[in-house]
Amino acid sequence: MTNVIETHHLRKEYGEKVAVADLTLQIERGEVFGFLGPNGAGKTTVVKMLLGLAAPTAGSAQVLGRPLGDTAIRARIGFLPEHFRFHEWLQAAEFLDLHGQLLGLTAGQRAKRIPQLLNLVELADAAGRRLSTFSKGMLQRIGLAQALLPDPDLVILDEPTSGLDPLGRRLVRDVINQLKVAGTAVFLNSHLLSEVEVTCDRVAFIKEGRIIRTARLGALVEGVTEVVIQVGRVTPELLDGLRRWSSDLRVDGRRITMTIQDEEILPLLSQWVVDQGAGLYALSPQQISLEELFVRVVEGQE
Amino acid sequence: MWVIVRLTAREVQRRKLLWMALALGFVFVTLFAVGFHCVHQELISQVGMGRSELQIFVNFFLTAGLYVINFLSVMMAVLTSVGTVSGEIDSHTIQSLATKPVRRWEILLGKWTAYAGMLAIYMACLGGGLFLVVHLIADYTPQNWLGTIGFLTLEGWVILAVTFLGGTFLSTLTNGVLAFMLYGIAFVGGWVEQIGSLMQSEAAVNIGIVTSLLLPSEALWRRAAHLMQPALIRSLPSNPFGTASVPSPAMVVYAGLYIVVLLAVGLWVFGRRDL
Ligand SMILES: Nc1ncnc2c1ncn2[C@@H]1O[C@H](COP(=O)(O)OP(=O)(O)OP(=O)(O)O)[C@@H](O)[C@H]1O
Ligand SMILES: [Mg+2]
Repeated sequence: MTNVIETHHLRKEYGEKVAVADLTLQIERGEVFGFLGPNGAGKTTVVKMLLGLAAPTAGSAQVLGRPLGDTAIRARIGFLPEHFRFHEWLQAAEFLDLHGQLLGLTAGQRAKRIPQLLNLVELADAAGRRLSTFSKGMLQRIGLAQALLPDPDLVILDEPTSGLDPLGRRLVRDVINQLKVAGTAVFLNSHLLSEVEVTCDRVAFIKEGRIIRTARLGALVEGVTEVVIQVGRVTPELLDGLRRWSSDLRVDGRRITMTIQDEEILPLLSQWVVDQGAGLYALSPQQISLEELFVRVVEGQE
Repeated sequence: MWVIVRLTAREVQRRKLLWMALALGFVFVTLFAVGFHCVHQELISQVGMGRSELQIFVNFFLTAGLYVINFLSVMMAVLTSVGTVSGEIDSHTIQSLATKPVRRWEILLGKWTAYAGMLAIYMACLGGGLFLVVHLIADYTPQNWLGTIGFLTLEGWVILAVTFLGGTFLSTLTNGVLAFMLYGIAFVGGWVEQIGSLMQSEAAVNIGIVTSLLLPSEALWRRAAHLMQPALIRSLPSNPFGTASVPSPAMVVYAGLYIVVLLAVGLWVFGRRDL
């Protein structure tokens, strides 16, 4: 098994409303995967289907090599729901203990792991306090601890940083990095692109229940590059020629800005401009931020 | 499943539900003891009161007390359990449970078991308390008193099955309204059956039977009361807590099946729905 998550044409309808239209996706073992999209795009619905909370209308999926609905495999999955609400009459440590029991952890494992996790999410001092006295961010932290409890192979986090202070966000980032090092796959729904940018290996953009783009994240967002070309003379022939490589072309004086899909065409491009005799003053590829990409992809400029 | 039972039991304790209910029940038993003591003193000081006549009064008093307990247990069953399923779905707390390696039926059945156990304890304390009071004061123990407690508990379980099934697809409020309405119908139906049987109206008796099929709570109560009444009372024509028309033992089997079927449907609905 190399894929922790595999979906084939997954679809979910709520009555008339199509929440997820057609989702085919693979997530590899140990990969940190960001699932991005505007509000109502269907991200949470996908997560619910993967965890068996909602039944797909059509399509199939495998999680950790098992079909949807397999309960035993959930002992190896950690999950922090979007609307994290827990039984608030429980004390923090007791809450983790009960969830450990549900996961089938032995008393010994629980006694070892719970204090560790409480330390990790910086709630060791609040271990004996009832969850009803917790703030939103504290609840989110204890929820994160709960997701890490099984020592999982896959962690699914639905907007884990929505209620956290900057320290809490850094904590989540550190936790994700630790998981990455340990080879645990992470499925992350998030709107905080700056965080996704530094933690994720790969992202998918979903809009209206469809994946419209996936991209690998490196130092640079793979696939999409913006090039600024400065030439001596802009002619209609030159622009027509350049449109072969890009449909998105802006001209500002003698500066031409265009997006290209592949860095590999840059040498070709510069050679062609030189051959045209337009006078090539500068050709500089620009790094495009994830946020920029998000806006373009989601607003359909691509 | 036992983790869910423990979790629910702890919830009931934490929410102080059981303690409150038991405390109130204790107050009731105490009041009953005082009242019963006074009446009993009065009765034995009267001349010409035979032993069997005295027994009738004592039994009558006891039945009245049990009726109150019966009502308390129905209230307790409905009010504590209406929100236990729908509330967790609404508040999303169910999401972190249902994504653990437990099956949906374990969640539902575990919760039901915990509530059923709590009701049994509650009935044992209150019913047992009542019988004990009567035993101590009047030195009288009715026949089949254990069976009576058993039937009252079964009645509570029937109500629980209704609220659990409702909780899998109704909102908490609708579910509560539905449970009380069903109980009300069964209650009225029971009386119609009683009066009908005194007046020998077959139609009225049939109405009663149909309502008992809809919710066998009142029928179980009458069976429970009937069980502990001595033959002499049973033969009395008019008696407000009387059992002029006693449900057949088949009703008890029906109640058992009723619980099983309702829970099975509840499990089916709950297993399929989106959370
Ligand atoms: N239980 C439901 N019944 C009906 N429609 C639903 C239900 N759950 C979700 N939807 C609809 O499905 C669509 C996708 O919702 P979903 O919660 O998956 O979005 P999301 O991508 O997680 O959004 P957000 O970023 O706001 O969390 C939305 O249009 C929503 O209205
Ligand atoms: Mg969402």
